Amino acid sequence: MVIKKNTSSKPVIEIKEMHKWFGTFHVLKNISLGVNQGERIVICGPSGSGKSTLIRCINRLEVHQRGDIIVNDVELTGDLKNLEAIRSDVGMVFQSFNLFPHLTVLENCTLAPIWVKGLPKKDANELAMELLTRVKIPEQALKFPGQLSGGQQQRVAIARSLCMQPKIMLFDEPTSALDPEMIKEVLDTMIELAETGMTMLVVTHEMGFAKKVADSVIFMDEGEIIEQNDPKNFFNNPKNDRTKLFLSQILNH
Amino acid sequence: MSLETYKPGSYPNLPPPAGTVGVYGWLKNNLFSSVSNSLLTILSVILLYYLIDSIIGWFFFDAVFDADSKIECRKINDGACWAVITRRVGQFVYGFYPEAERWRIDLTFYTMFFAFAPLLYPDLPKRKWLLWFSGIYPIFAFILINGGFFGLPKIEYSLFGGFMLTVILGVSGIVCSLPIGILLALGRQSKLTVVRTLSVCFIEFMRGVPLITLLFVASSMLNYFMPPGTNFSILVRVIIMFTFFSAAYIAEVIRGGIQAIPKGQYEAADALGLNYWQTTRFITLPQALKISIPGIVNTFIGLYKDTTLVVVIGLLDPLGIGRAALADTKWNGLSTETYLFVALFFFVSCFAMSRYSLWLENKLNTENK
Repeated sequence: MVIKKNTSSKPVIEIKEMHKWFGTFHVLKNISLGVNQGERIVICGPSGSGKSTLIRCINRLEVHQRGDIIVNDVELTGDLKNLEAIRSDVGMVFQSFNLFPHLTVLENCTLAPIWVKGLPKKDANELAMELLTRVKIPEQALKFPGQLSGGQQQRVAIARSLCMQPKIMLFDEPTSALDPEMIKEVLDTMIELAETGMTMLVVTHEMGFAKKVADSVIFMDEGEIIEQNDPKNFFNNPKNDRTKLFLSQILNH
Repeated sequence: MSLETYKPGSYPNLPPPAGTVGVYGWLKNNLFSSVSNSLLTILSVILLYYLIDSIIGWFFFDAVFDADSKIECRKINDGACWAVITRRVGQFVYGFYPEAERWRIDLTFYTMFFAFAPLLYPDLPKRKWLLWFSGIYPIFAFILINGGFFGLPKIEYSLFGGFMLTVILGVSGIVCSLPIGILLALGRQSKLTVVRTLSVCFIEFMRGVPLITLLFVASSMLNYFMPPGTNFSILVRVIIMFTFFSAAYIAEVIRGGIQAIPKGQYEAADALGLNYWQTTRFITLPQALKISIPGIVNTFIGLYKDTTLVVVIGLLDPLGIGRAALADTKWNGLSTETYLFVALFFFVSCFAMSRYSLWLENKLNTENK
């Protein structure tokens, strides 16, 4: 199955010569990246290569020290107003789900729409149920996250982000904490999301997902973007030696 | 006996072997698991029987509940002489609050349960309406106890005493110290240096000083620190000190709770666009307070019992009343009865708090309901 590409040429994320340090450690080096509306980008690379840090910079969970990040025509600065605007446009899904354990699934989904967007409770509930239906767990709405399986929790996390009706979705190793039999249900949800034309940046080692869904695959190592290419060329014809080595390590087992 | 054979994949769930579960299984596992354990069990039962027999005898069957003095008591029976309590129960409960006005204390006490119910039991029907009452209750209680309004005669604080004083000090201290403790805990975690430094100084000072010193300060010096023209009564000053003291402890307990929340919770809240106060209200505090319940209740129980310290600055808490009773030549030497009675009162209150906290912990446990 090949998902129809519906990208436009208008960049929704523009990263220009961006650098980041953790203390004295240079984690991200001279990153430049443009993401168009509807584009789906998979980022892979060995652990510690800065791929998670990169996507966490896009909604300013991490602060970059040099260069520019422009999301939806808003530049990421310390300005709180910009930050609010960006965060309600950019959804994020974490490796460890990070659902709120003291709230029900439904409350997890409605909290931000009610308090950040000011949606009436009734509308927020309807929206949440619609999205929970889309991730195929509406019957779990009144349970607490601790009562669900990992795969179900991650699908709730996806629904929770979608409830803010974001224009961009960031996925930070969404399937890494899951048991093998649950990975598929989460990937299926993400594939369906991709079919709706959502702009997605996905940090993952699921190369099958990358081949099927990505418009472009990025390989990162030691804080740099080493190679970026469309999936076909990336997997069949990697140019850089480090990419070749990485691919041979994760594909041949 | 051989078990039946089943096709792979069709093995049924069998009941556990007989005698491993249920009452019989429990007894066998816990009380009679071996010969020595069985002997110990039997020995303990015999010991307990004799102990309880003599205790119950002293407490109830051989006890005297009404007499004019200790000597009278002894003439009647040789158990406990509860007459020292029954004859002075009014003082133990109300101190020297005028007898004609004691209904005001009773009314305040009983209505207190209506004020607290909606706060303690979130699922209560008509909770919203009761919460209004909870909101005005402090004023209502102040007017009733203190008087001076609506034709109620004003009662001097020096007449307050007994369990009523304990409850006034304990409940006010508990109610005021929780919000202050929460604010201090948040302050200590704040990114704003001034707020953080002030919180740290306050907490460390209050925790680093014995409560009794603070009470002496309250009784003698606090008015020097107040703006001129203000003159708080000793009772208010003592409540302020109790509040600050336990707020510092509660702040540290809650800080522990806040620090136990995984970083991912804040990241998720940030990513959803919640601001600091929204995150604090919906994510941080509900989880931190839930984790801190045992520590908070521990502090509350400590505060409640520490109210007996006011005896050193001349307030007549139940221990003070008890001492006064023992100083009476009629009841001289009945300290066991007196102190047991006071202890029982404290035990009942503190045990209730402890049970409530267990119930709440259980209710808030969303992991395996």
